[in-house]
Amino acid sequence: MLAKRIIPCLDIKDNKVVKGINFESIKSAGDPVELAISYNDDLADELMFLDITASFEKRKTLIELVKEISKNIFIPFSVGGGISDINDIRNLLNSGADKISINTSAVLNPDLIDEAAKKFGSSTIVIALDVKNMDGKYCVFTHGGRKNTGIDAISWSKEVYNRGAGEILLTSMDMDGTKKGFDIKLTNLVAQNVKIPVIASGGASCAKDFEDVFNEGHASAALAASIFHYKETNITAIKSYLRSHGIDVRI
Amino acid sequence: MLSKDTIIVIIDYGMGNLNNVKNSFNKIGFNPIITNDFHKIEKATHLILPGVGGFKDAMKELKNKDLIQPIKDAISNHEFVSFLGICLGMQLLFESSEEFGVTEGLGILKGKVIKFNENFVPIIPHIGWNDINIKKNEIKEFKNIKNNSFFYFLHSYYCKPDDGAITAASCCYYETFAACVKKDNIFACQFHPEKSHDAGLTLLKNFVS
Repeated sequence: MLAKRIIPCLDIKDNKVVKGINFESIKSAGDPVELAISYNDDLADELMFLDITASFEKRKTLIELVKEISKNIFIPFSVGGGISDINDIRNLLNSGADKISINTSAVLNPDLIDEAAKKFGSSTIVIALDVKNMDGKYCVFTHGGRKNTGIDAISWSKEVYNRGAGEILLTSMDMDGTKKGFDIKLTNLVAQNVKIPVIASGGASCAKDFEDVFNEGHASAALAASIFHYKETNITAIKSYLRSHGIDVRI
Repeated sequence: MLSKDTIIVIIDYGMGNLNNVKNSFNKIGFNPIITNDFHKIEKATHLILPGVGGFKDAMKELKNKDLIQPIKDAISNHEFVSFLGICLGMQLLFESSEEFGVTEGLGILKGKVIKFNENFVPIIPHIGWNDINIKKNEIKEFKNIKNNSFFYFLHSYYCKPDDGAITAASCCYYETFAACVKKDNIFACQFHPEKSHDAGLTLLKNFVS
């Protein structure tokens, strides 16, 4: 049976994990490699690194970090944030990333999806959608959630699937940070319209939220950040709950 | 028994990041060479063909880099060489793949590579952790690996050996397919041991032991 995946997300700025971290076991708080190792030990199925550094030196440091992670982590990991062209993708994959997550650049230049999928294989290309409900319409936002493109999330999901994306990382901006659970309706809508895995993101607070998004939202994977960073729960505990509720997970 | 003469060679043919495979071996105390130099391939005691990407491109690269014969020669050296194929590296061992038309493979194992049936597999590629059903628990590669252990898969095509008896482990994702094959000195797996956490590292350790 294919297990449902749980993916912790680490926001990286200047090679440090940002957004509150509360891991006493980690010597240098905010060290992405140490945090990644602890998630790896806690049975994370995959890791997502989102680089939010804005500096000029960004690429070079990110590549060094990716190399360091791949020497220490023996589970798949994705890298996203500010990926603009084929060269960025190639450099990160060559440094050890398993998948690349693309958001704004895919909207600005949809052909990038086709080109990247063809060059590196669909399975390495994750298209990230930041989605907000605007008067009943699910709209795609870019530029870190600052810009409303007005594009319908469902039709954009279908398009990225048809262009060769391997997975969709679907973040509900309405639920993100609320701890009220994943956006089941949105997740289900997207999952029903594509034949690739959908990773639900935004709103997780407890194990039940994961159960719901897997059962009712038909997500293949679910992503969370703060509940893991703040140690409100841990992955092993969520997985034990899911398994006892009949959901296949890797334990 | 480990001999000090263990030489692990990862074949570099331009398909995917081979450092991840190397990093996994480093983690378990080995230092493989990544190369496309046939003189080095010739000296390998453990030869690894990894790979991510398309079957057709991969065959083209192997051909352009004159690697087909060295691989076949190494594999025919049953006494001396252990061979490991990973993911695309497993598929290439077979006679043909239906990826983008029909492409001829290395033909070292009898059988073909086919796509998951879109009519009843709702999500393709098969991405994620799937348990495997071990058929040959006596082989060295599965030492200390429990039946139904999870491994990380990422593929849209799978191998269909003519001789089902070479299937060392199967996997069920809507369809049941060969997760691992074992024949003489060849072991090949559809999943990525280098991305399969402890179970994967154990398998790699077993391969070189």
